[in-house]
Amino acid sequence: MSDINAYEGAPEAEFRDFIALLKPRVMSLVVFTAFVGLWVAPVDVHPFIAFCSVLFIALGGGASGALNMWYDADIDAVMQRTQNRPIPAGRVDGNAALALGLILAGFSVMMLGLAANWFAAAFLAFTIFFYAVVYTVWLKRSTPQNIVIGGAAGAFPPMIGWACATGGISIESLLMFALIFFWTPPHFWALALFMKSDYHNAKVPMLTVTHGRPVTRRHIFAYTLVLAPFAIWLGLTSVGGPIYLGASVILNALFIHGGWRILRRDEDAAVADGYAVEKRVFKLSLNYLFLHFVALLVQNWVGAW
Amino acid sequence: MPLNAEHEIHRRRRSRNVGLGIVLVAFVALVFALTVVKVQQGDMMEAFDHQPRVSALPPEQPEPEDAR
Repeated sequence: MSDINAYEGAPEAEFRDFIALLKPRVMSLVVFTAFVGLWVAPVDVHPFIAFCSVLFIALGGGASGALNMWYDADIDAVMQRTQNRPIPAGRVDGNAALALGLILAGFSVMMLGLAANWFAAAFLAFTIFFYAVVYTVWLKRSTPQNIVIGGAAGAFPPMIGWACATGGISIESLLMFALIFFWTPPHFWALALFMKSDYHNAKVPMLTVTHGRPVTRRHIFAYTLVLAPFAIWLGLTSVGGPIYLGASVILNALFIHGGWRILRRDEDAAVADGYAVEKRVFKLSLNYLFLHFVALLVQNWVGAW
Repeated sequence: MPLNAEHEIHRRRRSRNVGLGIVLVAFVALVFALTVVKVQQGDMMEAFDHQPRVSALPPEQPEPEDAR
């Protein structure tokens, strides 16, 4: 008896396949930065309200992840890194992912409005729209600057966290936005330098494909230079302090040095040692962002300016 | 093969049902806890309901003496 054939074409998803649609690893970054944004804000929030706010921001991030996977299923199927995602692997139906994304998006916005305030909720709605429509549908496939503008979506969570506490925007939250916004391009272009063929096959216009790799190296270095003043400026605002400033100066020096080393290498040298420098700078960029936000938390704990 | 044999598909379906069940129960608990916290904080719990009610309006300011 082969009843399995009766179900062909109608995948029977497990619960964890739906969890995978929400991009749990991206979510963890959203949770962390949104939490820091909320916590360092000058307004005290009840711990449970803070917990709910971060949860609903994360859920909104998950919703945009599901919408992204629904729209990008065709290119995900081509790229090695993403082939095993639920939709290209055939475990979840595309329409189910679309439905999950839309429902979670509406749900998270409404709940954030009820738990925190409606300004934060509108901000979350805008972020989901920005990531799912402006980045995924519009820019990702049409311009090599996709990463730069798409990075804004990833930079909004600490601003939403700040808005949950204060109900508005201020220089501190704008600088937290700038920190992630200018960090994103060097981070992803370092990745693109050693993941070349993948994006190429999927016909995603990454800078490495459209303008060549020397240009990408110059861009990486330029962005590490642009990033540094914003990161250090944040240390001079009301959420900063000596600990954050010290950490920021060291991390930015390391990151600029990494960008400089990437700039000075040519492709032959990179191929010869298997992109060792690029991979190291990519890892450094992950620590760079994480440690900046840890420093903000520590600074808030011992007392900011 | 007996009709009640468990297939891989049944296991997957159960994983979905149990998962959704847990999510719903957690959501109920979350909304309840949120309500308790909001009431304790003294947030306004009444909203406009198609006709003005004294309890849902901002408190009236007494008019100053010389305005009359």
